[in-house]
Amino acid sequence: MKNEQILENKLIELIRLAETDLPKDVEASLRNALQREKSELGKMNLEIILENVRIAREHKIPMCQDTGILNFFIKYGHCEINYDKINKIIIESVRKATKEIPLRPCVVNPFSRLNTNNNTGVGVPNCDVEITAENYVEITVFPKGAGSENMNNLCMLKPANGIAGVKKFVLNTVINSGGYPCPPIKIGIGIGGTSDIAMKLSKKALLRQCEKKHKDEKIASLEKELQEMMDSTGIGSMGLGGTVTTLGVNVEYADCHTASLPVGISIQCWADRRAAMRLYDDGDIEYLSHRGFSHD
Amino acid sequence: MTRNYLSTPISEKDILNLKVGDIVFISGLLITSRDQAHLRALEYARQKKEVPIDYGNSVLFHCGPVVKKTDNDWIVIAAGPTTSDRMEEIEHEFIRRFNIRMIIGKGGMGEKTTKSLEKNKAIYCSYTGGAGALAAKAIERVVKVEWLDLGIPEAVWTFEVKNFGPCIVSIDSNGNNLYSEVSAKVKENYERIIKSNVG
Repeated sequence: MKNEQILENKLIELIRLAETDLPKDVEASLRNALQREKSELGKMNLEIILENVRIAREHKIPMCQDTGILNFFIKYGHCEINYDKINKIIIESVRKATKEIPLRPCVVNPFSRLNTNNNTGVGVPNCDVEITAENYVEITVFPKGAGSENMNNLCMLKPANGIAGVKKFVLNTVINSGGYPCPPIKIGIGIGGTSDIAMKLSKKALLRQCEKKHKDEKIASLEKELQEMMDSTGIGSMGLGGTVTTLGVNVEYADCHTASLPVGISIQCWADRRAAMRLYDDGDIEYLSHRGFSHD
Repeated sequence: MTRNYLSTPISEKDILNLKVGDIVFISGLLITSRDQAHLRALEYARQKKEVPIDYGNSVLFHCGPVVKKTDNDWIVIAAGPTTSDRMEEIEHEFIRRFNIRMIIGKGGMGEKTTKSLEKNKAIYCSYTGGAGALAAKAIERVVKVEWLDLGIPEAVWTFEVKNFGPCIVSIDSNGNNLYSEVSAKVKENYERIIKSNVG
């Protein structure tokens, strides 16, 4: 089979996997959260969440009715398929997935609010492409609901505010979000770059597994400190109070202008849905987010 | 945590003794409405135009479901709550005009809604956000759908449900708001965190 057909066949299944089955690291974080939680209401919410995850996986149905905007992160290595063809396959797969899984049509025109009814539209789905020298194309499907996305934030801090300013900005953002983004939340933080890069990095930070800390020890310790700070707010699961507010805090950075300190924050709900696969140039498929998963 | 089983239509008496933190399971009719349906229903009501939806005898559910159309019916695939706060600015008028007795949503609502619930003897309950697959299991059928031109998520769906829950009473009819209580504690914690981590 040609790689193009393989991609056509597998991409809709990758979307289904993302929408119906949480990656193992996320489910493990939720179980860990249940053990850490002391409040009765918090425990009840976490038990319901885990039960919901089980039902969605068993029946292959979306775990949340907000099936979200579908974001795609692509690492484009050596490949016999032109990128414009990959883009077309992605759009077609989103339309097909909307009908077949089914997904909720979430995409509307911002002026008329008319629904496109197929989850595609102007600028949607958004594809982030990185060119690599590898012998595969890697595609990550990252559905993002509006409850968490609406809580994202950007601040152009002054360099004098320093990392203390970053901590305060994250704390204020998380406290203002309260229960709206369906905690326990995962927090992606982009520090540096320019305004758009800080936001992009914050979203990419969410793609990293919860328990995997940054390879730079100083940043890893900032991630740990931020997570402890957010948990000690007492917001708790669903904002109803408790000892666990976060599943993880991931930071990514880029160098920036000497006069700038941009900070972007992307908040993700407990349903930290993503699925990633690689299509090698010989037609082999490898799943990265759901170990042991195979359709064959 | 006391468990309470209620059926629609829910009376004033049914909810008067419910307190924040109590658990409720609902049987009967849930009617979904979110941003666009709120706006349209209020616009119709202000113009004295008929609203083809019986909110008063049902439970208002902040929700936009995943549904599938078969030859004759709609099947609900996932139907958890949406963020209620988006309706905060208009919910008080909605409660008054449509005799709302109970709302199910997530994330809580603000002072205007809390006051209106107290005045109209009504409550707000929270269903676990994101638990759409579980919620759909308690939905027995779609009774009807109105205003489908608003799109599937924004349309007004009437669901017949059996033991839909657990729903946590988070704003009761005496003006108690569980979210405000948590928020007050979070404020205290904020000062402490700033002192120890930010300086």
